[in-house]
Amino acid sequence: MKKMMVGACLAGAFAIPAVADARPVVLTTQLQNYGGNGAYLAFYITDAAGKYRKTLWVAGPKAKYYKHLSDWARGSGLKASEFDGISGASVGSGKALKVTVEVADALIDAGFEIRVDSAVEDGRDSPADARTPLTKQGAGKPVKGRGYIQSFTYDL
Amino acid sequence: MRQLHSIAGLAIALLVILLGISGAVLSVNPALERLATRVPSGVSVAALVERVLLHYPGAEQIQRTRSGTVIVYYSAADKSGAERVDPMTGEGIAPHAQSPVSRWVKQLHRSLFLDTPGRVATGIAALSMLLLSVSGMLLLVNRVGGWRQLVRPLYGSRVQRWHAEVGRVAVAGLLLSALTGTWLSAATLGLIADGAQTEPDFPATTAGGARLPAPQLSALVATDLADLRELVFPDPADPGAVYTLRTAQGDGYVDPATGALLALRAHSRAYNVHELLYRLHTGEGLWWLGLVLGLCALGAPWLAGTGATVWWQRRRARPRIPGNSTAQTAGTVILVGSENNSTWGFARVLHDQLRKAGQRVHTTPMNDFSSRHRSARQLFILAATYGDGDAPASASQFLARSSRVEANPATGMVVLGFGDRQFPKFCQFAKDVEQAMIAQGWHPMLDLVTINRQSTQEFARWGAAVGERMNMPLVLEHTPVHPTTIALRLRERIDYGLQEQEPTVVLRFGAEPAAEPAGWLNRLLGRRGLPRFEAGDLVGVIAPGSPMPRFYSLASGARDGMLEICVRRQPGGLSSTYLHGLKPGDCIDAFIQPNPQFRPASGRAPVILIGAGTGIGPLAGFIRNNAGRYPMYLYWGGRDPASDFLYEPELRNYLSDRRLSQLHTAFSRVAGGVRVQSRLREDAEHLKKLIGEGAQILVCGSSAMAGSVRQALDEMLAPIALDVRSLEASGRYREDVY
Repeated sequence: MKKMMVGACLAGAFAIPAVADARPVVLTTQLQNYGGNGAYLAFYITDAAGKYRKTLWVAGPKAKYYKHLSDWARGSGLKASEFDGISGASVGSGKALKVTVEVADALIDAGFEIRVDSAVEDGRDSPADARTPLTKQGAGKPVKGRGYIQSFTYDL
Repeated sequence: MRQLHSIAGLAIALLVILLGISGAVLSVNPALERLATRVPSGVSVAALVERVLLHYPGAEQIQRTRSGTVIVYYSAADKSGAERVDPMTGEGIAPHAQSPVSRWVKQLHRSLFLDTPGRVATGIAALSMLLLSVSGMLLLVNRVGGWRQLVRPLYGSRVQRWHAEVGRVAVAGLLLSALTGTWLSAATLGLIADGAQTEPDFPATTAGGARLPAPQLSALVATDLADLRELVFPDPADPGAVYTLRTAQGDGYVDPATGALLALRAHSRAYNVHELLYRLHTGEGLWWLGLVLGLCALGAPWLAGTGATVWWQRRRARPRIPGNSTAQTAGTVILVGSENNSTWGFARVLHDQLRKAGQRVHTTPMNDFSSRHRSARQLFILAATYGDGDAPASASQFLARSSRVEANPATGMVVLGFGDRQFPKFCQFAKDVEQAMIAQGWHPMLDLVTINRQSTQEFARWGAAVGERMNMPLVLEHTPVHPTTIALRLRERIDYGLQEQEPTVVLRFGAEPAAEPAGWLNRLLGRRGLPRFEAGDLVGVIAPGSPMPRFYSLASGARDGMLEICVRRQPGGLSSTYLHGLKPGDCIDAFIQPNPQFRPASGRAPVILIGAGTGIGPLAGFIRNNAGRYPMYLYWGGRDPASDFLYEPELRNYLSDRRLSQLHTAFSRVAGGVRVQSRLREDAEHLKKLIGEGAQILVCGSSAMAGSVRQALDEMLAPIALDVRSLEASGRYREDVY
């Protein structure tokens, strides 16, 4: 987990000069105790209509299973450039994932949403397992998930 | 081939055990799953959806496993859940949850909890298993003498028999599991295509408008439940959402307003192949196959265990030569043909002396002879003779192999024969070998010399002659070393024909000291201080003052708690006179020489036992251990029922409790006396019938008797186009001859 965060921070550090007005956002996800293999998760930003905008983080080591994160897969087209350098390990049943990503200021309070797709082997795929508007007000307020996610919080 | 089989087997044994057991555990899942659900036919997906929606109005997704279980994912009020439902009614049966045990076993089976490295390891294990199944089958075919003989009874030591017996039953299942497992591993590791495709393109536009009730959607009406994999309902809050439908044929979307199937992407051929192999490997949807494969998989740990034991036994039995050079670098090659390893002692002395003289020497069994040995400057062949002029164990394939090795005219070849002048075909095999090698084009550096009864003087003389040819002093001093002996104490003796010139005695020995079995392990295994042996094995007895052991066939197994032999006193025979002089309480030194080929085969085929005189010993032992009451027929020849009807009370006993089916005796020294071969001729019709039923024949006695028996059998089998040779080739005719 620590390694992953370091990786994320490094990725962030390199990204800073490119994206001028961006800030670190901490994504915290607590999974249900669903009792299965590690879950794959995709964190991404969509507009209000659900149209894909940007990938924040992908948890899951093998890209060949990414298609099960179906909404995100459809939106991102599974192009490697969309999740290059912002992916890590899958998250075990009942475990939590905390990861820091960079989000452009322009996306905050501008009618965008953070969505999380999830999938577990031998279980159902759960697109838009958790979703929450990306606003300053919504920061720090946990939302419930519908599938494998128990709660999801972002901190600006 | 055998080496390949052993090395691959040993290298991968632990993994194979792990995969076999975990695979067997997993194999029951499809059957259990099938038991827990109903599999209706002729039901459409639309009908299922209608039933499901009655009970789960908030259904979001329906899955159907390969085994037919239908799972509904739903959300109701504030909670969501997954339920196994009855496809006939749509009613919930139980919440859907994978058992943690089966998940754990599955993880172990697939990746040993080591993720990619573990998957690579199991993949290699599957590939090795494939290799082992194929090589094992070829070895077995080779051993029994052809594909058609594959179901025939098997021979060999107990472990060998059990290895082959389980192997030939399980091989079909193991082959299928290994083949499909290798494929699946390769696909998981990305070495071959698993046919996974990206999702079908999402329809850019849908008809829009009011949604039809799901049971009325034409695409769902047209899809059979048996083909369903997954149906995802559209998000009610999202006006642009569609149904996602995955079937055995392909993946697509269904327009919720029109019911039309949109953008179907059919499965690729690679996907279908992968899917088929997946089903064949896991038994999902093929529960009966799963159970069969599971049973076969249980054979894997058994085969690994018995295989390792066989390897260890063979390795231990192989004599070690210190300072053996490799075949390629050696200037001198010594080939050894030995039945009970005594010839190896001579070979070792020759090896050591040549090395001392500065030669690079390679010593190996005659069966290893190949073109690698062509370049040697000297080629020594030390060949014992077994039985009636036959090849000894470590040279059984030599004549066939040597015909494939091109002769090197520059090599000096020397054949040295070992034998016993008491036998009519003294050193016959060594003579055959020399003749065959000369015919092949090899040049003898020295003519064949024969060594009678391991004579050290004759060996030393031969050494001097060889040294002269090679221009080096060669002093060969050999004192035969015998295997470690154990002390046996005579418990009981039963004398026959004491008044005759050549009386016979049955001797029963126990372990000395007759200690109580120590330790729980020994007690558990029923060990009574005796080494391991079975009836038909040989015991080597070294009489005081005798340079070499004499071998006697054992009439009992270690499980009988005693070691029994049957000995006739030979005029002038050192060893038999010694044994006849023993009194109960006396001790002898002896060792066990396994003789695994002379033994009733496993199975229900009838067994015909033929013997004369003391040859009855092992035969009586076989009958005594015939606990399964398989049909056994004994033909035995003695001299006079009044003096030497060996084992008479025991045989009557065996007849009455059906361990012995029929007893035919022939006595030669009575009025109108006949020999055993005459009895065989009289009973020809019956014997032909038994042999036609796959009977196995075991002959024990003097070589003269064995020759007459062969002749009698050949005569009677000629009309049904069979002979002893072909029976021998298929392992159904075995002799133990002295």
